[in-house]
This record gives sequence, C-alpha cells and structure tokens, in this order.
Amino acid sequence: MTTATLETPREAAAKQKVILCEGNEAAALAVALARPDMVAVYPITPQSSLVEHVAKLIADGKMDADIVDAEGEHSVLSVLQGGALAGARTYTATCGPGLAFMFEPYFRTSGMRLPIVMTIVTRDGITPQSVWGGHQDAMTVREVGWVQMYCETVQEVLDTTIMAFKVAEHHDVMLPVNICLDGNYLSYGASRVELPDQAEVDAFLGDKFVNWHVALDPQRPMAVDPLTGGSGGKGPSTFVRYRKGQCKGMQNALRVIEEVHEEWAQRFGRSFAPLVEEYRLDDAEFAIMTLGSMTGAAKDAIDEAREAGKKVGLIKIKTFSPFPVEALVRSLAKVRALGVVDRSVGFRWNCGPMFQETLGALYRLGRHVPAMSFIGGLAGADLTIPHFHRVIDATEALLQGGPVPTEPVWLNERD
Amino acid sequence: MYEVRFHGRGGQGSVMAGAMLATAMVEEGKYAVSIPSFGFERRGAPVVSFLRVSDKEIRQLTNIYSPDCIICVDPSLFRTVDIFAGLKDGGTLVQATHLPLDAMKIPDTVGTVGLCNAVPIAMEIFKRPITNTLMLGAFARTTGMVSLDSLRRALEESDFRDAGLKQNLLALERGYEETVVHQLNRRVAA
Repeated sequence: MTTATLETPREAAAKQKVILCEGNEAAALAVALARPDMVAVYPITPQSSLVEHVAKLIADGKMDADIVDAEGEHSVLSVLQGGALAGARTYTATCGPGLAFMFEPYFRTSGMRLPIVMTIVTRDGITPQSVWGGHQDAMTVREVGWVQMYCETVQEVLDTTIMAFKVAEHHDVMLPVNICLDGNYLSYGASRVELPDQAEVDAFLGDKFVNWHVALDPQRPMAVDPLTGGSGGKGPSTFVRYRKGQCKGMQNALRVIEEVHEEWAQRFGRSFAPLVEEYRLDDAEFAIMTLGSMTGAAKDAIDEAREAGKKVGLIKIKTFSPFPVEALVRSLAKVRALGVVDRSVGFRWNCGPMFQETLGALYRLGRHVPAMSFIGGLAGADLTIPHFHRVIDATEALLQGGPVPTEPVWLNERD
Repeated sequence: MYEVRFHGRGGQGSVMAGAMLATAMVEEGKYAVSIPSFGFERRGAPVVSFLRVSDKEIRQLTNIYSPDCIICVDPSLFRTVDIFAGLKDGGTLVQATHLPLDAMKIPDTVGTVGLCNAVPIAMEIFKRPITNTLMLGAFARTTGMVSLDSLRRALEESDFRDAGLKQNLLALERGYEETVVHQLNRRVAA
C-alpha cells in the first residue's frame, strides 16, 4: 500500500517553509520543485517576471534544467515538443499576444498528447492596446484540447503548478495542461505561502511519464504525427481515433484532477476544490459564479450579504477545461437564480464565455434557472466587494420572476 | 484588517517597500498581501502600491480605496497626486519631507503624522534619493505596527538591485531614529 509510506499532513506541513512571494515567483518555485528537464521561454507582460525567476533559479544552480531562450513563442512551444518527444519533462509560460503567436504548435501539442505544462499569466486581448490582466487569452483557446485550471490565490498557483505535471503525465490523460494565473492581481500580488519540501514533492510526482506513446527515439522508430484524414482508406477512422482519444483524455482528466487534489491534500495538508467549489451554497436560494482571483472579494461580499439576510452562495469553477458539467450541475441544482461573472467577453453570444458554457450545463439540469451574465475586471480593472454586491442584488431580483435580462451587465462601465 | 497605500515615483522603490513590509508582517505571524499598481512604470512617474495586513487570512485581491495609512516616500508628490484620497477618518500619514508640520497642508481626516526628512539622508547613504527603506523605518516609528527586527529580517531576504543590504539596514535605522511623530486632534476638537 502506498498510503502506508505517507507521512501525516502534520509531519509534511512541519517541513514547509513560509515565505512571502508574488504569483509569478510562486509559479517559478513550483516549477523548480517539479524538476523539469527543459524549459523554453520568451518574456511578455505580465508573464515576464515568472520566466525571469525561472532563468535565475537555473543560473543560480537551484534548478537543473536546460533553458532555451527562443526567438518567439512559436519556437518556444515547438522546442518543447521536441523535448517531450525525447522524453523530457517540459515547462513554459506565456500570455496574450505570445499565446496568439504560439497557436499553431499549441494546437499540435494536444493532438500529439504531449504532457507539456504551461502557465498562462492571463492578459486581456488586444486591441485596444493593453498590457493588463483579463481572461480573454485563455478563454480564446478553451477549445483546443488543453486542460485549463484557474487559480484563486498565490498558494493555489504554487500547489496547482506542481499538481499540473501529475495530471498531464497521468496514463489516462496524457494531455497538455495550462495553469491560468490572473495577470496583475495574482502575478504581482504577493502573499504568504507555504513552500513544500523537495523530497515530498519528488515522492508526490514520482517518475516522469512523457513519451511512452509517441517518441523521437532511435530505439523505438515510429511515425510521429503522420498525415491522416481525408475520405479514403484508413484516413477517416484514424482521424476519428485521434479526436475521440483526445475527448476521452479530457473526460478522464476530470477524475484524475480530483484524485490528484485528494492526494495533494493528504500529503501536504492543503485542499482546494478540484473542479467546482461551493461557498455557503447549501442553504442558498441563489448563487453567483466566479473564476480565478476575483473569487476572494466575492466571498467577502457573500459574507456581508449573508449578514444582511440574503440567502446567497457562491460557485467557483477551478477546472474550466474540460468543463466540469456533472459537478456544476450538482451545484446548480441547489439554487433558483444565478449570476455569472466573467473576466472576458463572448463576442458571439453577447455575454461572458463562462455564462455561455453554464447555460449548457443548465440544460443538463433540466430545470429553468433564470441566469444573468456580468462582465468585469477587463484589462486590469478591479473587481471589488461593492461590484459583487451589485451582482448579488441583481441576481436576487431574478427570484421574483419577470423578464431575465438578455444583455450582460458591464461592471466597470462607470468606474 | 489594516490597509496601507504607498505613494512614490518610479525608481524610489515604493513597490518593493510594500513587499518588504509585507514580508516583515509575515515574519510576525500575520497575514499580508501586497499588490502593486499596474502600468508602464517609469523612473520619476507617480506609482502606487497597496498592502493589507490581518490576523486572519486575506481573501480579497483588490486595490485599496480607503486606507488606514498612507506612506509617501517622495516629498514633491502631493503637488501632482491626491495622496489623501479615501483616507479613513483619524488615519495616518507617513511622509518624506523637509517641511515642518505647520508648513504642510494636512486634511482633517489625518489623525497621526510621521515626518522624516528622508532625501538628504538617502543622499548621504546611497548618493541617490532612494527613500523606500528609510520610510519603512519611519512607518515603524509612527505606527508601532511592526518591529525594527522584523523589518531587518525582511531586508535581509530582499534582493536589492540599486544598493547593498548594509546601506539599506542603515537607512532603515535612520528612518526610524529621525522621524518626528505628531498626534493631531483637530477633528475631535471641532
């Protein structure tokens, strides 16, 4: 039994060092603890200090990895694909325009089932020109077959970054993973975190498991990413096998993410809701939904609204891709009205992307729940406790029946 | 919850001061979150950073709009920026200045003022007007919220680009020693 060798959380926790660091540094420290063989980097705001920390850890001899200072993000991810095919554990980080420039190899990574881990230090889309945070970049690539987990706190960034390698390299998953870390508020926000012990992290992650299925290896010659598809021969069925396999890997990831979070909690004594978090939801009549670092202020607003007698709870999504439909439906079943706050824009539906996805989950629920879309925190705008009180009040009004707004509420329109 | 807003100019280290003060607070077993303002910070341009301190875990990751304390590490900033915006009633100002209290325009919301003539001291120590660690000493003296020992340890853990640790430790001490604290009771009297 592997559990017999586990230390108690108390023993493991005792070995953890308490430090103060920003989200970008926490991610870099986590990457060092995960011992990748290779990282490739190209700096871009607000990701820059993350890869600068990684480069410094390597330069100072605190991290034993090859670092490739590539000429652009397209090369960054292509270089890592080569590394992963040769069996290396690999890591990078990017955001916004860098992610856009990376798009071609980004699509290829999930198709080849390469367990590359990449942080998106989320940044709003250009244009208008902006260098500040927002979820538009990560949301734009939510349909490309990567696992995407959004973090609420600096500690969750640190812990999730390590867990990401275990999820990516799980036999039943074998998919690339993004840790989505809010640009500005998390990337530069510094808070107290516990740094896990290296030996504990080694035991948690175990041996790397990267290229057993696809490899650039003279001992195992194989065709990597062969031309397939079309309408004749084995093309159609081979192509379907690839895509069905990716979808199955994504569905398996829902289970594996839960298992990995559970093991993390046992080993390190810190637990995070792996897919969907409920806050004060059990006796709630209505709920607001959040994603990422906005959630802290939203929870504070919920506490104040509860004091004022409002029966409101909160649903936070951590794992956005694959979309945790079943877990979300269980939470949605508890409420009679819903307000969804997005930090990005869904141009096609004139609402937030998370709102749009949640409408799909509400269909599975099979009961009409009036729901409203709120869009805020774009391009570094602040989402504060008063903003969430507006969300709570407008959502509460839906309980009375009457028309449900079809337009989103733009929370920072008059800031 | 205690909220501090730092005002400075790019290059004076006010963002770094926020992180160092947060580190010192964590040294004392408190929870602290430091959030810099976000922009294209340039040398000389006004910059802001925020710090929350609490005995409990701090959940909100937002800017600060009603601070308990304002630390202004630059003596000329008040001419271009409303550094007092949103300050809580009876709040604290820790200001780098050569002016005496009665030559300054202090709004009624301010209850406590700590003044430190930081620029000449910085020129002595660093040969440059870097006032951030001096003003951390001034903050400790004015508020008693943090001990000099914790601040010293926070400085020891920091990565100084523009000056050495020894100089910064000296700046911290002198900021503490050479700050004059005034208690104002105008609002209460009125």
